[in-house]
Amino acid sequence: MKYITEFRDGELARSLAAAIAREVEPTHEYRLMEFCGGHTHAISRYGLSDLLPANVRLIHGPGCPVCVLPIGRVDHAIKLALQHEVTLCTYGDCLRVPASEGLSLLKARARGADVRMVYSTLDALKLAQANPNQQVVFFAIGFETTTPPSAVAIKQAQALGLKNFSVICNHVLTPAAMHAILAGDGGKLLHGFVGPAHVSTVIGSAPYEPFARDYGKPVVIAGFEPLDVMQAILMLIRQINAGRAEVENEFTRAVTAEGNRKAQALVADVFELRDAFEWRGLGVIPHSALKLREAYAEFDAERRFGLEYRSVPDHQACECGAILRGEKRPQQCRIFGTACTPDNPVGACMVSSEGACAAHYTYGRFREHSDSPLPQAG
Amino acid sequence: MSLKKPNYIRPLDLKNGRVDMSHGSGGRAMAQLIAELFAAELGNPYLAQGNDGALLPPPGGRLVMATDSHVVSPLFFPGGDIGALAVHGTINDVAMMGATPLYLAAGFILEEGFPLADLQRIVRSMAQASRDAGVLVVTGDTKVVEQGKGDGVFITTTGVGVVRDGVTLSGDLARPGDRILLSGHIGDHGMAILSQREGLQFDASIVSDSTALHTLTAALLDCGGQLRVLRDPTRGGLATTLNEIASQSGVGMVLQESAIPVRPAVDAACELLGLDPLYVANEGKLIAICAPADAPRLLAALRAHPLGTDAADIGEVIADAHGFVQMVTRMGGRRVVDWLTGEQLPRIC
Repeated sequence: MKYITEFRDGELARSLAAAIAREVEPTHEYRLMEFCGGHTHAISRYGLSDLLPANVRLIHGPGCPVCVLPIGRVDHAIKLALQHEVTLCTYGDCLRVPASEGLSLLKARARGADVRMVYSTLDALKLAQANPNQQVVFFAIGFETTTPPSAVAIKQAQALGLKNFSVICNHVLTPAAMHAILAGDGGKLLHGFVGPAHVSTVIGSAPYEPFARDYGKPVVIAGFEPLDVMQAILMLIRQINAGRAEVENEFTRAVTAEGNRKAQALVADVFELRDAFEWRGLGVIPHSALKLREAYAEFDAERRFGLEYRSVPDHQACECGAILRGEKRPQQCRIFGTACTPDNPVGACMVSSEGACAAHYTYGRFREHSDSPLPQAG
Repeated sequence: MSLKKPNYIRPLDLKNGRVDMSHGSGGRAMAQLIAELFAAELGNPYLAQGNDGALLPPPGGRLVMATDSHVVSPLFFPGGDIGALAVHGTINDVAMMGATPLYLAAGFILEEGFPLADLQRIVRSMAQASRDAGVLVVTGDTKVVEQGKGDGVFITTTGVGVVRDGVTLSGDLARPGDRILLSGHIGDHGMAILSQREGLQFDASIVSDSTALHTLTAALLDCGGQLRVLRDPTRGGLATTLNEIASQSGVGMVLQESAIPVRPAVDAACELLGLDPLYVANEGKLIAICAPADAPRLLAALRAHPLGTDAADIGEVIADAHGFVQMVTRMGGRRVVDWLTGEQLPRIC
């Protein structure tokens, strides 16, 4: 697999690990947040923390779309599917997110709701075309990466004059979440960011400048392959040691300063900023999400079905909030691995493989069992 | 199955005909379907007895019996179809017990409206697979459900086999220090099905590895040596099967990622769909767990067989009260290889 295996080379990883070990100052602690779930997944799947010195700590950020989706939004989707009997389409990870009354979209399906998993917004559009008498609603989630495909679907629906297609827009903005983290405890806690990969291909590297300039935190944009992550960590450590705070781009093979202008224009045409949006774990953040513009109002499922947002608190014992803010580790939550497991998630971080809790449970939980033998890395 | 041929007016229309409710009613239409399609393809002296069950000679030895239901979609896929799969799947379950498979029984649930031509193609492929394996389908059953209540055809097969004297294989026999052998590339079957389902095209097409493994298991048993566990990593893939064995035996495991064979096309398809090949189904691979001293000899026996040319020693059984299956990654880091959770849902970004 050209262009992938090159970025998973074990030997190169070990030489990067050696470079990191050489450069870290033993008396320093380096607390680095990887914003994206894609990075969290890569770190866990390839066991990258084993390659880092003990004083380099990776903190999992909130960049996992299903993790930051509040219960109230999933309730919308379930209500539409069960009460309005629409065909509800969404991406796979959304199906298992726990919502009110012990439901999830998957459980709603078992109760007779027509819930479909799609790989693309265009699959949802095709369903609407094929079933003109059935309302088809696409439950759109994700950061800037998945927003342009939603915009394309809405524009196509308009061009086709579809009367039975609409979108619940839950698209959220990465920089807004980073601001929220830095304005809170994260400002003191964190020393730098491994910046988003795919998100940055769309928005470019420029939107991260304020974090370096105003908060003094270095940002290194990195690809999702293990060597990308290792290289970015090395670059962050060099910045921190030199007292620099800059936006650097490790992912130059895909990310430019200005990003994908065409995608940005498409998104700006279809969507506008919401005044405020509730994030799971981060609370209500102003100007942190998108909604459909007036010109596309007829494709807005919230308007079409008169959905009123109702905020629902997380499960009492669930620490997803603190984990998403980087204040706690998954294993510090008292229901981690007991009441809350990937098979039976209580909090959203346990749902997606990109979620901090699911990644740690699935790939790393043997580390807490000191009596569990550790194989020699070799 | 009753095989006596009554006086039909017209033969089955195997070109344009479809299954209808009368084919499962127990009447003349069913008898005709059995005679002209099932018996015509699968014919053998036991089936020809035409009774409610097959009368078989005494097998001589401890018996193994296994059953497996097949609901694959699409019914036809690169490298196989539901018919061959139904034969291979059950033969393999019998073979993994260290048994020589002898006979199969087959139950068909057909959906009203299913094309008879497709049914014939499936049964023909089943007959071919059964002849190739030397394991006869000796009895069967057919039911028809209304349109919309099935997915074309579901097939359940049950197999019996006889275990060699002195052979005892079981999932609870793995011991710390044992080696874990794998007979070849993983993920071929699951990705062949998924890429067909999703309409994915790759430079190198992915073909299912569906095959009967009893000659390969026989080659291992012929070797002697302390073979403890044989299992085919089907649904849930290699990861799930190893977790089952670890939990049954109360041990842990350490795998070496770099030793696990995965074809580049399978790797690429998994990458595209956000899947992990460790969790993708196989239908023609086996895991053998054996005493460390016998591992080189058994690995050589696997590699000497056409179905095991790419066999590898992928890791070790260790003592671990938590039963973790761990893996040293290509990067040199470590991770857990956990049970499969839910379905393998693709990640979204």
